[in-house]
Amino acid sequence: MADSYNHSDKTYRTKIAIHSVIRLIVCILLTIICLLPIYIILVNATRDSNDIIVNGVSLLPGGSLIKNIGSLNDPTIQNGAYTDTFNVWLGYRNSLFISLASAALSVFFSGLTAYGLTVYDFKLKKPATTFILAIMMIPTQVVSTGFLQFMAQIKWLDNYAPLILPAIAAPSVVFFMLQYMRSSFPLDIVEAARIDGCGEFRTFLQISLPIFKPAFAVQAIFAFVASWNNYYTPSMLLVSGKLEQRTMPMMVAAILSNDKITDYGVRNLAIVLSIIPVVVIYLCLSKFIVKGVALGAVKG
Amino acid sequence: MQATGKKRKSVSYAKYGYIFIAPFFIVYAFFMVYPLINTFRLSFFGNGASADVFVGLQNYQYLLFGGSDRAANAIQSQFMNSMGNTLILWVGNFVVQIVLSLLLAVWFSDVRIKIKGTGFFKVIMYLPNIITASSVAGMFLLLFGNTKYGAINSLLINWEAIIEPIKFINNVWSSRVLVMLIQSWMWFGNTMLLLLSGIFGIDPSIYEAAEIDGSSGANTFFRITMPILKPIFIYVFITSMIGGLQMFDIPYLLHEGRTIRPSLQTGAVFIYQNFHQANPNYGYSAAASVILFIITGALGMIIYKFNTDSAAPVKKRKKK
Repeated sequence: MADSYNHSDKTYRTKIAIHSVIRLIVCILLTIICLLPIYIILVNATRDSNDIIVNGVSLLPGGSLIKNIGSLNDPTIQNGAYTDTFNVWLGYRNSLFISLASAALSVFFSGLTAYGLTVYDFKLKKPATTFILAIMMIPTQVVSTGFLQFMAQIKWLDNYAPLILPAIAAPSVVFFMLQYMRSSFPLDIVEAARIDGCGEFRTFLQISLPIFKPAFAVQAIFAFVASWNNYYTPSMLLVSGKLEQRTMPMMVAAILSNDKITDYGVRNLAIVLSIIPVVVIYLCLSKFIVKGVALGAVKG
Repeated sequence: MQATGKKRKSVSYAKYGYIFIAPFFIVYAFFMVYPLINTFRLSFFGNGASADVFVGLQNYQYLLFGGSDRAANAIQSQFMNSMGNTLILWVGNFVVQIVLSLLLAVWFSDVRIKIKGTGFFKVIMYLPNIITASSVAGMFLLLFGNTKYGAINSLLINWEAIIEPIKFINNVWSSRVLVMLIQSWMWFGNTMLLLLSGIFGIDPSIYEAAEIDGSSGANTFFRITMPILKPIFIYVFITSMIGGLQMFDIPYLLHEGRTIRPSLQTGAVFIYQNFHQANPNYGYSAAASVILFIITGALGMIIYKFNTDSAAPVKKRKKK
């Protein structure tokens, strides 16, 4: 009896051990699949174009990184085809400006809206909340035709305003803030501030905002990354595609469609440069981001 | 006395509620509501040079049923092709993505068989989602290039597995499979994290009880995990579907040379191409947008219906 019991316990344990090894192997394989394309591009950015053409894939970095950076910034190659297509500093500057501005606006005004819908009682409170929840799913592509024609009408094409200002009205961020405030904002604080003679806006700015910091930070990261990665809207609105105005994804797209750029090392380098900022941000803040994905579940 | 005082106070604060939510609604009206109305309006007007001519339902007729001249039939076949492509690319991407993320979510939440380094795996698997889609397109374009200079082709040639390079990007089905795989590569981590949050909401004592009752792994999965996971599963399904209708960056950028691959022309690409030209075809792109809007609206209704149903099992469990 005791013997058979021990036996089954043993087989059970080996079964579990085998399963966990299989699962670990699958996970490691998937990790490789996730990282390998990025790694290959990274390595290719340091290799000479001829080396890439002749030898194909390599897992060891080459020594041409400096040379590739030089060619990317060389205005004499192909009559300036390289420098006219891609300028890393302009790309960083433009994308950083747009992304920071829209992240800040999105978080601040969504917080304001959610605060208004949580703290105050007014007639249209319920309909307003329902409305914000209902419109969360409307995709931008659906309104883009009317949006573009409208912007062309009021001469706002080639302008950053229509890229940044819409961030003020971000339904999914409001939805997230609403949930956060309902679960963890003590309304008594507002009451206490009022008794102490604090104005409503000051209460929001100086007393409530510090409490919302964690929620704001997560949403700000997501808003920043979403804006940095956006290719559709900028390429739609910045119709003339001037180099000084292009965002980073637009520069990448321009490199891809320019067949004068024949240097494969440079092509790889441009892509690497475009993903470095977001990857660095992600690796520094991955803890918050991974947690935040499920929190901001209704992102679409 | 006190009660009336309180009432007066809340009335006087109500105006702040309106002030606080006003910026959102003003900006939303300007950048979303009016453009939406404008899209509907434009869908009844002409294209290119005759953009000011009212044409009624002609754009819809041309897109959906074609017309008497060749141009109308061309636009119809293009639109139908783009809707078909959207469906094919979305289905392929969703199947791969959901199988993978469901498997991983179940594994990562398993209390019996623990995997070491779950946190690390989650971070790495979400990484592709954070990278700019246009850069991802560029990355895979360099890897799967048509010529022998493409990384995969050169590798296969070096191994003497093939003699002529495979035209991964130019062939109809290989390009579609590539887009499906890229989309899955980008999104499976995201879906896995969503499903995982649903699984962690399940009371672990249910699993313990199932184990004591001798339920096998597969049985537990289909009888316990899946039914409880149903709401979040449907949520993932619908949001992915709406996301699939908007699929743009990868199909639009994954081509060599100047023209977009017809096998990758999705609905969103069709809309973009029609308004992104010197003489924009606002009529066609607006009508196509309205059709997409109606489809999205129908899907939204479904998710709303399921969402209201979905709260039920959770509440029941809490009551017990």
